[in-house]
Amino acid sequence: MTPKSFLNRRRFLTSFAVGGSAALVAGCDALSRNPTFREFLGTGEWLNYRIQRLVGGTAQAREYTEADLSPVFRTNGNTRPRSAEWERHAATDFVDYRLTVDGLVEEPQSLSLAELRSLPSRTQITRHDCVEGWSAIGKWTGVPLSAVLDRARLKDQARFIVLHCADDFGGTAYYESIDIVDAFHPQTILAYGMNDSILPTGHGAPLRLRVERQLGYKQAKFIMRIEAVDSLSDIGRGRGGYWEDVGSYNWYAGI
Amino acid sequence: MSSDVESSAAHEGTPERGGSLIYRHRISTRLWHWTNAVVLLVMLMSGLMIFNAHPHLYWGSFGANPDMPWLEIGSSGDRGFLRIGDLTVDTTGVLGLWRGPTGQLRRLAFPYWATIPSSYNLAVSRLWHLTFAWLFAGAIAIYAIWSLFNRHLSRDLLPRTAELKPRHILREVKDHATLRFAKGEAARNYNVLQKLTYLGVLVVLIPLMILTGLTMSPAMDAAWPWLLDLFGGRQSARSIHFIVAFLLVLFFVVHIVMVVLTGPINEVRSMITGRFRLPKERP
Repeated sequence: MTPKSFLNRRRFLTSFAVGGSAALVAGCDALSRNPTFREFLGTGEWLNYRIQRLVGGTAQAREYTEADLSPVFRTNGNTRPRSAEWERHAATDFVDYRLTVDGLVEEPQSLSLAELRSLPSRTQITRHDCVEGWSAIGKWTGVPLSAVLDRARLKDQARFIVLHCADDFGGTAYYESIDIVDAFHPQTILAYGMNDSILPTGHGAPLRLRVERQLGYKQAKFIMRIEAVDSLSDIGRGRGGYWEDVGSYNWYAGI
Repeated sequence: MSSDVESSAAHEGTPERGGSLIYRHRISTRLWHWTNAVVLLVMLMSGLMIFNAHPHLYWGSFGANPDMPWLEIGSSGDRGFLRIGDLTVDTTGVLGLWRGPTGQLRRLAFPYWATIPSSYNLAVSRLWHLTFAWLFAGAIAIYAIWSLFNRHLSRDLLPRTAELKPRHILREVKDHATLRFAKGEAARNYNVLQKLTYLGVLVVLIPLMILTGLTMSPAMDAAWPWLLDLFGGRQSARSIHFIVAFLLVLFFVVHIVMVVLTGPINEVRSMITGRFRLPKERP
């Protein structure tokens, strides 16, 4: 092989690689928009949900020590709701705030923060994993969601718990939902405290969800209402959460 | 020609001369190879888009914007940069700050031609990455069982004792460095550097990729907490995932270079039809 033919070959291969990459990227973009292929791309979520439930069962997330806490726990998403109702509550330290628990329950609830604090409480130091890739460790104190749901007594048909929030993106209210397994998981709490203080506004005051085996966007903040449902199809655009509806994020966020 | 195929399939029998066409790659190896070519490229390119969502890497359990990353891709002013520890490299045009297909400036880590999808979309890149991960898992499970069953591992991949002698390895390195590749009968089997490379990819890099990938899953960390101890925390696992991805890219580049240097048509054909023409002996 002469040096010249090698160079020509190299030039040929370089243009081949660049052309190939452009065609590949364009092809993948077209596939991303194709409804049938999008359905295929949904199989990963289905498998992750089934297999992780099978492998994980009711396993608990690792709990860390005070020494492991992130020095600064960054905020993310909305850091202050724009709703007038939330502002009114914030102005009065949430004394008139009531958490509504309704939907497929025998006894709908309306719980003040004082009532929530009088229920059993749980404190856990856990890792928060954002879908973007970063992690932060924080200490959360709250009432197990199971204690609240036990008070309201779920009906047998209830399959999902929906968290309705006070914050919004462009007028669309934030919401999230979890299945019954996660709702009754011992580490799933409605947190009113963080790092030994009252839950700060940026982290979802007065009440946020901690569902420790899933990613950050499931950890709904500024919770106003909890609804038990048998199907997610009638809520929002029917995919189980704000980001699921608008951004094609997976409803199951265990990975 | 068909008798060549049969006699060489057993890797024994009469020695072949340069120029004869032999049966080199079985259907299981060929299917695995091309499945990998597609799946790993999709995994890499969708992975780079996922990285674009937070182009910082940390060691330990936690790591977010207020914490100090050991690696960072970003931009400041009109320059793009890659920072690793104290070393900062100007990467304007390729990493951190680059022009999109229509000339617009973009402040993202990896450029559009390297990512799936080509414009920023974390949700869609995750759909690709996490679905193709299952395709990959299926392919490697079938390949692993098949390779044990048909003795691909023991016959083709595990180096023989004589091949592991330092003198032999040194000679292979020297031959490769001077582009003197095996000819005739000696080209029938993988040489020791190939064996060690393929084994390294199969039993070190790919398992590391899978396990560090699982460690980033909060649900898997709950199910298998030993993952966190194995890699020293979720953010360490994320860093290792990224480093090993680039070792696989390095393997891919060297692999392509070797295919080109040793005869691309013969090599590619052997991976499609299984048949490989032994290079002629030196005169």
